[in-house]
Amino acid sequence: MSVGIVGYGAFVPRRRIKLEEIAKVWGADAPAYKRGLQLFEKSVPGADEDTVTMSVEATRNALARSGGVDPAEIGALYVGSESHPYAVKPSGTIVSEAIGAVPVLHVADLEFACKAGTESLFIAQALVKAGEVKYAVGIGADTSQGAPGDALEYSAAAGAAAFIFGADKDLILAEIIDTYSWTTDTPDFWRREYMHYPRHGSRFTGEPAYFRHTMNSAQGMMDKAELEPKDFAHAIFHQPNGKFPMRVGKKLGFTHEQLETGWLSPWLGNTYSGASPIGLTAVLDIASPGDLILLTSFGSGAGSDSFVIRVTDRISEVQNLAPKTRAQLDENKIYLEYGAYAKLRGKIRMAE
Amino acid sequence: MRDVAVIGVGMTSFGELWETPLRSLWAEAALAALDDAGIDKVDLITIGCMSSGLFTGQEHLASLLADELGMAGVPATRVESACASGGLAVRAAFAEVAAGLSDTVLVTGVEKMTDVDGADATYALGTAADSEWEGFHGVTFPGLYAMLARVHMQKYGTTREQLAQVAVKNHANGLLNPHAQYHLKIDVDGVLNSTAVADPLNLFDCSPVTDGAAALVLTTVERAREIAGGKPVVVITGSGMATDTVTLANRGELAELGAVKLAGERAYAMAGRKPEDINLVEVHDCFTIAEIMATEALGFFAPGQGGPAVEQGLTSLHGRIPVNTSGGLKSKGHPVGATGVAQIVEITTQLRGQAGQRQVEGAKIGMAQNMGGSGGSSVVHILEVI
Repeated sequence: MSVGIVGYGAFVPRRRIKLEEIAKVWGADAPAYKRGLQLFEKSVPGADEDTVTMSVEATRNALARSGGVDPAEIGALYVGSESHPYAVKPSGTIVSEAIGAVPVLHVADLEFACKAGTESLFIAQALVKAGEVKYAVGIGADTSQGAPGDALEYSAAAGAAAFIFGADKDLILAEIIDTYSWTTDTPDFWRREYMHYPRHGSRFTGEPAYFRHTMNSAQGMMDKAELEPKDFAHAIFHQPNGKFPMRVGKKLGFTHEQLETGWLSPWLGNTYSGASPIGLTAVLDIASPGDLILLTSFGSGAGSDSFVIRVTDRISEVQNLAPKTRAQLDENKIYLEYGAYAKLRGKIRMAE
Repeated sequence: MRDVAVIGVGMTSFGELWETPLRSLWAEAALAALDDAGIDKVDLITIGCMSSGLFTGQEHLASLLADELGMAGVPATRVESACASGGLAVRAAFAEVAAGLSDTVLVTGVEKMTDVDGADATYALGTAADSEWEGFHGVTFPGLYAMLARVHMQKYGTTREQLAQVAVKNHANGLLNPHAQYHLKIDVDGVLNSTAVADPLNLFDCSPVTDGAAALVLTTVERAREIAGGKPVVVITGSGMATDTVTLANRGELAELGAVKLAGERAYAMAGRKPEDINLVEVHDCFTIAEIMATEALGFFAPGQGGPAVEQGLTSLHGRIPVNTSGGLKSKGHPVGATGVAQIVEITTQLRGQAGQRQVEGAKIGMAQNMGGSGGSSVVHILEVI
């Protein structure tokens, strides 16, 4: 049975902070950071934006593109994030209530560092494929944390992407052709209970973690599906900064043109669980029928999920039915100074 | 005093070897040196290692590593003099053989530095400075060497570009060394535009954090001749060591590395050699300024002429005195305890004529200079092929 995406949507907050503004506060070398990480600015969640609200916005955009999927027919909904507002109490239930999918559905919150988003996609499409549910929603969303002054502070951003999966041939706008996951125990980045900010193994997060897993996952996916880089119109890799996804793409044999549409991190930052899924929404926004897309996520800890996706004729009917990702990224921006940013990110200690 | 020869050399590739623990790195280098020497029994093992405790949580290395080789029972000694630990382990072994206490010694150096993150590595390395008078006040090694660079620039007019040319040259040499951490061609602009670390030093002026091990087998020249069976034998003809103030603030002259100068003079005196006799030298380029200052302290160039010498290509692979043909600490990598031993591996390989594309033609006499801290200790060896 063929399974695919029947609706997709993204949400990017309007607020931004430029890398220079952060570097100024910490006395860091902004030009060197920009060159080294290829990061220019990042999104910042507003006072009323969190993983749940962004998930709702993204899912509403996905419903708008779904050709009238009845939310009540959604049988499963998963929210992948490492910034669920509650430590104990699901995000998914709030999202399900807000979109009108309750009460007959299966809901779970997922966590796997930056890979939780594609995990939710993976499980949602598999349940539809198995015939367990008619529609399933997979969401990747984060208001990522980075400790003040840490290298992560230059990238940790906010955003969400949602995908509705179904098996109705007339509704599928992009078919899931195949999937492949590659996972090991590699502790390159973590946050333990009661820790406010994550810790990372600095350079250990590169070769042994990000590159090893994304390369093996993407190559394994292509080998399994008997495809080569030249067969794809677009490829999207997890983007913790601007540099890594381009490097991994080029190492695998993809061209700049194949990579640039889904390459948002230089202006969006790293939206963690939202990163490669939001990249996929940007690609779907401009994709043409028949396009093959490779999507490879990465989550510290560590693992990578890959998907081969083929765009159908229906894509052109839905692209304009909800706000496009690039437009959300490029338009109506509000630039913040560090003080306001620190307030919004909860970095200022308030009276108790 | 008996004459001492190097009959075996071995080293691991240098790099971020995430999956290899200290003991395995060490054993790989040790076994390679024993294989190269064609022997399997030694009277002593010496181990240069700066800080396995802070980097990996393991002390009591000498016994641990002897056991790792299946050699429990053999005497083993760990030697520490910060980044000069390796050179001092060579000197300790040299003294044992020369004095007749041991006939054959396995000399090793090892450091496993990537089990900790950058901040912890910086802390561990920082313990080579004066913790009360320097470390506690926040200065780290890039800062200390930046101060030396500033003084050298002010006193002699050494330029930012000359510092950069040290890194460019060493990376060019490292490209030809299969064991080097970085096989990366860089240019002066790349160094000048790399991330500032401690002004005037940028990222590409600094040696990296590295995992690696190196090993030698030393024995008497008589035994070396028997084993060599007519092939050239490399002899250690000079060994010099000196200390200086660990604390920069206590040092009279900051534009000169006093310990390097003294250690060099002692090695020259023992070998009966002069700077003009040396065909190639490995110096301790933990930062680009250190190479310039070391070449001056060893008498290859007059004080203040080290910078112009690099600029004129006098220290490049085919220059008047090739410096750091291995790629140096900058490109080959700097696993601190292993560095001093790896320098002797390079010189021995060159004197044997086995350095491949980076071979210095006709090299007969080589020198290795290893240094601890900001020059608080230095060990210099002269090796000759007979």
